Amino acid sequence: MTVPETDSTRNSRPLSLRVPEPAGRPGDTPDFSHLKLDVAGAVDRPPVDARPVQMMDLAFRLIRVLDEDGTAVGPWNPRLDADTMRRGLNAMILTRAFDDRMHRAHRQGKTSFYMKCTGEEAIAVAQGMILSREDMGFPTYRQQGLLIARGYPLVDMMNQIYSNASDPIKGRQLPIMYSAKDYGFFTISGNLGTQVPQAVGWAMASAYKGDDKIAIAWTGDGATAEGDFHNALTFAAVYRAPVILNIVNNQWAISSFQGIAGGNETTFASKAIGYGLPALRVDGNDFLAVWAATQWAEERARSNQGATVIELFTYRGAPHSTSDDPGKYRPADEHDKWPLGDPIQRLRQHLTSIGEWDDERHEAALKAAVEQVRQAGRESEAIGTLGQSRPSVKTMFEEVFATPDWRLTEQRGEVGV
Amino acid sequence: MPTMNMIQALNSALDVVLTEDPDTLIFGEDVGYFGGVFRVTDGLQKKHGLTRCFDAPISEGGIIATAIGMGAFGLRPIPEIQFADYILPAFDQLVSEAARLRYRSNGEFWAPITVRSPYGGGIFGGQTHSQSPEAIFAHITGLKTVIPSNPYDAKGLLIASIEDDDPVIFLEPKRLYNGPFDGRHEQALKTWAGDPMAEVPAGHYTVPLGKAATVREGTEATVLAYGTMVHVALAGIEDSGVDAELIDLRSIVPLDVDAIVASVKKTGRCVILHEASRFGGFGGELSALVQERCFYHLKSAVQRVAGWDTPYPHAFEWDYFPGPARLAAALKRAMED
Repeated sequence: MTVPETDSTRNSRPLSLRVPEPAGRPGDTPDFSHLKLDVAGAVDRPPVDARPVQMMDLAFRLIRVLDEDGTAVGPWNPRLDADTMRRGLNAMILTRAFDDRMHRAHRQGKTSFYMKCTGEEAIAVAQGMILSREDMGFPTYRQQGLLIARGYPLVDMMNQIYSNASDPIKGRQLPIMYSAKDYGFFTISGNLGTQVPQAVGWAMASAYKGDDKIAIAWTGDGATAEGDFHNALTFAAVYRAPVILNIVNNQWAISSFQGIAGGNETTFASKAIGYGLPALRVDGNDFLAVWAATQWAEERARSNQGATVIELFTYRGAPHSTSDDPGKYRPADEHDKWPLGDPIQRLRQHLTSIGEWDDERHEAALKAAVEQVRQAGRESEAIGTLGQSRPSVKTMFEEVFATPDWRLTEQRGEVGV
Repeated sequence: MPTMNMIQALNSALDVVLTEDPDTLIFGEDVGYFGGVFRVTDGLQKKHGLTRCFDAPISEGGIIATAIGMGAFGLRPIPEIQFADYILPAFDQLVSEAARLRYRSNGEFWAPITVRSPYGGGIFGGQTHSQSPEAIFAHITGLKTVIPSNPYDAKGLLIASIEDDDPVIFLEPKRLYNGPFDGRHEQALKTWAGDPMAEVPAGHYTVPLGKAATVREGTEATVLAYGTMVHVALAGIEDSGVDAELIDLRSIVPLDVDAIVASVKKTGRCVILHEASRFGGFGGELSALVQERCFYHLKSAVQRVAGWDTPYPHAFEWDYFPGPARLAAALKRAMED
């Protein structure tokens, strides 16, 4: 008896594998019609002690403060004073000017690598201003605005990027992997997602010691697919860790659109719900909305009510890195068509509308930022760019351990340093 | 002086550090109320409080990641991984993070964590309760790896590991928890009672990392071993009739290379014994070091007696386990060369 190749008694159709694709590819007209964007002021602000189950809808909404006219509206309006907003605007302008210069420096062969945060400046700047340097930030490689908002010396950032003799981390790390403990900026790792559960552990330690400090971590949309993201949310919820867990959803993980990370099935914020954590979903290009949501989460953490997950909805305006060409995978003008606009222009419009800013001041701020970056650039390049200057080779063998063991001592001898 | 088995000695070490240093804390799967699946943390939560010794979700990656974050804050966490076979979900955090925080931040951050984990075979543990992963960690710059072979060293090395400012993988040979085991599996089980290395001071003391111990002095060959294999080596040396010197490495990293070199230069022969599979095992590094540093003193080729290059089997436990007979045969070969 022969066995038939197919079972003719089954009447089911063949299965098919679905692979999500973005709405637009190169040459297509950008299409954001699928986005459901709340208008400014539409989302309620729950009390800071709300139970996560009472605020689940916020994971699917979008907290926005600045409307299309640049007016701050609704219950999330943080009612910031003009000076604070101007400081934020200036820090965003400076961050963008820094990015532009360092991107050019790469093109000029002065460094091996750079990553811009164009379009995402509001996030790290606002959050860097709200939390103190005593709190610990666990950033990805795209939160340079945190250092800039806190006044970290631009020249030290550049020295790191150039791996020169004054590099604060001695030429050991790829450019932009800063470490700045005194500025509440944890050492950046190339391995994605690792910092998120570390932030939870840091926050657990603060609670264990009865301290008053909190932690804040960032991950991109793509890296939420890492196991460490799951670990972080589990531990944060179980131990009620005083931490803010940010997901910067900039729509792209190198060439993969956010649907590949699971963003088509639900919002990234909603992932918090399954862990019993409160979730806020925020217009990441709205400085005031980012400010208000972060302040809400900060108050919750500081009052020992635990962690908050914040999805910051934004768009990665620049290439992923200097090694990337987005023209190969997305429409060239997609960023221009992004419905949430540009964070700098939106805060500028708001400040202008309340009479606290004008075109002249804006132009002056742009000029001042470029000049400040140029000044730092001169200072750093005088020390040296990549390959022209570097720390002593003997430092290559230091800080592997607290005290070098015989291998390191011997090998340093082999190098002759 | 109290007599302790290895479990009691480790428990005593943890009790001492919890008592003396408020920045130490223990967490892991089942370590809290229950006191650990091997009883190493028994009674510590009750004595020191819920936040000093507590249960963790079944998430090795999460346990090590949060321990690193705690270390960066300034604590001295002592996470437990229930079996060394299950440390791999935390591998990225150990290799990419714990081992490199200090280096990549130029000393701004570090993680003085001590990861305790039972390891090794000889217990019919099959593939996932028997493995010896020390070579994997020895290859990682920035990590230290420590393996005791008796209760006295277990306590002293554990306290030293916890007080060390670098991340330490502390592998506990579970076969030795309740008594020494020399690989003669057909004989009655022994306990630690009466063993001089089971006399353990009740208070604080340390055994320094990076210092090997000469367990048996000899003139004809050097045997390098650690963990359970120290006891197997003693039996194998006895069976061989060779007057071999036995060195218990105690630390894989930092390695006491001076003790190894001095012994091999004296004896002229070297046999390395470990449970982990041979290819890529730590014995390869030891063999290379001996060959590089003792070449003109060697009278025969360095030999490695190790687990086979297979996963750790269940039914073939004693065919896999490198017992005294295999060491004795290797020692005899070394003498014949």
